[in-house]
Amino acid sequence: MKRLFKTYLEKPELAGLILLVLLVVLFQVRSHGVFLNADNLRGILGILPEAGLVAIGVTILMISGEFDLSVGSVFALMPMTMAVLMVHGAPFQLALLAGLLVSAAIGFINGYVTIRFAIPSFITTLGMLFMARSLTVVVSGGFPPLLPVDLPNWLFTSFVGPGNMFRMSFLWFVAVAVLTSLMLSRTNFGNWIKATGGFMPAAAAMGIPTARVKIICFMLCSVLSGFAGMLQVLRLGSPLPSIGEGMELQAVASAVIGGASLLGGIGTVMGGIIGTTLIRVIDNGLVLSHVDANWFKFAIGFLTIFAVVANAWMRKRAKAIKMEG
Amino acid sequence: MNDAIISVRDLHKWYSGVHALKGVTLAFKRGEALGLVGDNGAGKSTLINILSGVHRADQGEIQVEGRPVSIATPRDAMDLGIETIYQYNSMVPTMSIARNLFIGREPTRFSVLGVGILDQKKMAEESIRAIANVDLHLRSPDALVGELSGGQRQGVAIARAMHFKSKVMILDEPTNHLSVKETNKVIGFVRGLKEQGVTGVFISHNMHHVFDCCDRIVAMARGEVVLDKRIEDTSIEEVHGVL
Repeated sequence: MKRLFKTYLEKPELAGLILLVLLVVLFQVRSHGVFLNADNLRGILGILPEAGLVAIGVTILMISGEFDLSVGSVFALMPMTMAVLMVHGAPFQLALLAGLLVSAAIGFINGYVTIRFAIPSFITTLGMLFMARSLTVVVSGGFPPLLPVDLPNWLFTSFVGPGNMFRMSFLWFVAVAVLTSLMLSRTNFGNWIKATGGFMPAAAAMGIPTARVKIICFMLCSVLSGFAGMLQVLRLGSPLPSIGEGMELQAVASAVIGGASLLGGIGTVMGGIIGTTLIRVIDNGLVLSHVDANWFKFAIGFLTIFAVVANAWMRKRAKAIKMEG
Repeated sequence: MNDAIISVRDLHKWYSGVHALKGVTLAFKRGEALGLVGDNGAGKSTLINILSGVHRADQGEIQVEGRPVSIATPRDAMDLGIETIYQYNSMVPTMSIARNLFIGREPTRFSVLGVGILDQKKMAEESIRAIANVDLHLRSPDALVGELSGGQRQGVAIARAMHFKSKVMILDEPTNHLSVKETNKVIGFVRGLKEQGVTGVFISHNMHHVFDCCDRIVAMARGEVVLDKRIEDTSIEEVHGVL
């Protein structure tokens, strides 16, 4: 019993999960039952995958001990690359491939520069935030290109499932979440990510290629952000060069609310998803409860601080429960 | 030099103009506990870093069990059976004991290009056995290393080296920052190495600790070996004298 209690207190995503349940109940009551009805849930689930995929990438990167501020810009650059290529006659598949390669390249540059010159990834990716955003506007020529009409929306944005509850993007999101979650908890590579972020000198001394591990995490984060940007563009039907602005900080907030540590080594994919869901729920719930929507950012900010404090407290409590014998 | 497990000949190392190792020749004998002492900057860390694959020698030869070898990475050293336990803990505090035991050498059920699914059952079973083998009493391999005391962590590190059948265990200042009781435990571990047929290299500032558990003492100063004697043929005073 004590052991079980301790195990759960040590779960980094616990604080976020409790908050999520409390808020869902609160909003359900305040909105007189509208919050959990099918139409509203469909709305939330329709846009959750976009922020969620970015948060998964950012969370994994944070566990490896690094940081990415450029995700919002990659979120815009990837679909813009695709749109420009398609305007020039490239088929969708080729454009998709090119977009993903551009995202991966940006992740590689972020990682390589950070490690090669031993500078904080905060700086590298802050620079990349501006550069990638600028590139997005430059390649678009200032006007969002027109997307072709024959896009495979059935594969990415169409509604599916019982009562058309989900968009296809949600299935992609679930698939990525399951795969990355398994990667982190069940594979040796996941072990290397946690070791690299947890205490790099020890990881390196045990023969883990820490530089390669980090660069792969940077690339994964960028590719997921680019893919998420494409989902949003397909949903909106137009590649606006301004999408994803401010997303990097929301993604960090998601990861942190979900229990990831800024210092690395601690966190879960599930935590990042819970954090994102929490932010989406607040965004939606405030409106449904007739609260001035400008309180949204206040709530996110407060929640971020609160979740970290709660997590630190729970971890301390867990540590205090001695299990030696 | 027949029973030497590692022997180095004429090892040199320069760090941006500083001649840190000046032609060190030394044989580590099988099953022996060797104490390596010397002041800061005497070259003992440099020597150890070369043997554990952190740095490469600029000149000289290393032989392991009579064969010339090249040690370019920590992994090379581990594959040759040389395990190093550093003064900073070679453990990741945010991970469990079981996970720490297998960092970089995780058993997988199948793998593609070196990445695969962890065999968690095997990890749990083997870590329980590994810990018990070094006489450490910990209830669960799932406990986080961050919750262990300094001595227990060194114990887990030693258990890890034992588990992977290392032939030479290099302990770099393992008794730093430990209480007296914990220090005694670590010294006990070093003594236990001999029974398991493992060669121990024990690096310490504390002469008493070295004399407590080693068979032979090598003192280094200014990048050279200045004394190399059996414990019974020397004294703490003599060693202090040459440093």
